Amino acid sequence: MGRITLDKVQKKFGETEVIPPLDLTIEDGEFVVFVGPSGCGKSTLLRLIAGLEDVSGGEIRIDGTNATDLPPAKRRLAMVFQSYALYPHMTVRKNIAFPLKMAGMDEAEKTRRVERAASVLNLADYLDRRPGQLSGGQRQRVAIGRAIVREPAAFLFDEPLSNLDAALRVGMRLEISELHKRLETTMIYVTHDQVEAMTMADKIVVLRAGHIEQVGSPLDLYRTPRNRFVAEFIGSPKMNIVDGEEASRHDAHAIGIRPEHIDVGEGPWEGTVGVSEHLGSDTFFHVHDTGLADVVTVRAPGENSHRAGDRISLSPQMDKLHRFDWEGLRIA
Amino acid sequence: MATQHSRAAARFMIAPSVVLLLAWMLIPLGMTIWFSLLRYNLLMPGDNPFVGFENYSYFLTDPAFQTAIVNTLLLVGGILLITVCGGIGLAVLLDQPMWGTGIVRIMVISPFFVMPTVSALVWKNMFMNPVNGLFAYVAGVLGLPAFDFLTAAPLASIIGIVSWQWLPFATLILLTAMQSLDSEQLEAAEIDGASAWSRFYYIKLPHLARAITVVVLIQTIFLLSIFAEIYVTTAGGPGNASINLTYLVFQESLQRYDVGTASAGGVVAIILANIVAIFLMRMIGKNLDA
Repeated sequence: MGRITLDKVQKKFGETEVIPPLDLTIEDGEFVVFVGPSGCGKSTLLRLIAGLEDVSGGEIRIDGTNATDLPPAKRRLAMVFQSYALYPHMTVRKNIAFPLKMAGMDEAEKTRRVERAASVLNLADYLDRRPGQLSGGQRQRVAIGRAIVREPAAFLFDEPLSNLDAALRVGMRLEISELHKRLETTMIYVTHDQVEAMTMADKIVVLRAGHIEQVGSPLDLYRTPRNRFVAEFIGSPKMNIVDGEEASRHDAHAIGIRPEHIDVGEGPWEGTVGVSEHLGSDTFFHVHDTGLADVVTVRAPGENSHRAGDRISLSPQMDKLHRFDWEGLRIA
Repeated sequence: MATQHSRAAARFMIAPSVVLLLAWMLIPLGMTIWFSLLRYNLLMPGDNPFVGFENYSYFLTDPAFQTAIVNTLLLVGGILLITVCGGIGLAVLLDQPMWGTGIVRIMVISPFFVMPTVSALVWKNMFMNPVNGLFAYVAGVLGLPAFDFLTAAPLASIIGIVSWQWLPFATLILLTAMQSLDSEQLEAAEIDGASAWSRFYYIKLPHLARAITVVVLIQTIFLLSIFAEIYVTTAGGPGNASINLTYLVFQESLQRYDVGTASAGGVVAIILANIVAIFLMRMIGKNLDA
């Protein structure tokens, strides 16, 4: 079981309020991703849940019991750190067994659990090596192994993939998702990468300056962002925001349209192609001189032959248009 | 860009300094070995005949020699034990966040800036003196008889004085090592359920292993040749109770004017230092491999 409730949780460092009172419920077995730009308080929030920072106000409940003043070890949570935080002088086996040793578990059970974790994570061949002899991905798996042997109520991940190269990151992303499917344990995952958030989460919590901007499933956030910040943060490349005359024609202060919802071909908008990024499956055009915004990004499927300097017509899919008022909130 | 040509040029250019350094080392070493084979006493001027290993047999069979060897090892071992253990303790304490950290750290390091003769004199006259010393005064207040440190326990007193001098060095090295420990490791250990003692024993202490090795090696080099502290406090006495090898060599050369035997003692000291170095590298040298 791992249901975590934050009730008016607040964090101040001296006079500065990093996290204003905040409510959030994480259901048992959920994969929740905290996402936001750097400095938004997502890591602090995770450390508050872990117990590595003391809350300045409010209450944290884990499975209904008040954990606000419990030391980290008593919260039945396991954490995977950005730097992996492996113990460099211990072998992989000892690293994974360390929490069990601290819990005073008997030798047989310890060995059994370490072996099982190692086979789940493909580490069986590396048990007698030291962390320094492993690659980044293997170290990451050792850190995860050290977390799963404790059979915690919930896993906390603090930007675990940010030290890996791009290809490995995609692989580990998948492994963590599969691990979640198999263990069905609550996971809280902090990242600044919206692609990780979109691909892994059951529920995304978008944070800005300690405030929760929106909570919802990945597709909720994609389809109906609550405000301009979420709209621009979720989705890649990011949404085009157009204000001024064009927006007033739609009764809004600003309108947003995602690059994938603009078609190249007969339409009301027109501009000059600047840089085009060819990905093979898609082409992204940066279109200038549209009279709408400095640059309008357009996604065209497949390979496309427009070159820099060409004039093209653009046709936005009107039903996919997002409208925002002067505060930046969505107009339904 | 290490081409054949640039490498030859580099060798040519460093040659003078290599030759100079070699001469610097080899000439005194050669002269010491040569003198150690001569009968060479300043009190008996005249020719200095070659006598082979006679000086060595005098030096090694001197009853003072055994005392000196034992004392040298006791001094090195005792001071290492105190400074390493004390240094780890102080490093752990100073690593805690507290008010006035900067001043406390400077105060802890300051004994290292006091020159050995001065600190030995301060200890001898102001602390350990059985009449005027602070310890005698404290003992008097408590109604205890004054303890004459330098007479009753000369070697232990010198170990205490030199430990006081070297403790700051050990503390400084170990503190910087402690501060280089990744805080996420400690946090991970905390979440893993490790108590404060377990975090120290399983995480901090292994992290300090390399720094401890450095402290032990550097201190050993200097502690094998303690001289000023002995000269100023006990002058080797009472009797021979607090002489070490360095002091014995000093006695031979500058008190008995026996250059030959003193040179033999010097060569023995070099051999002893090498034996100690080999043992140390065997025991703890592997900590230095990354």
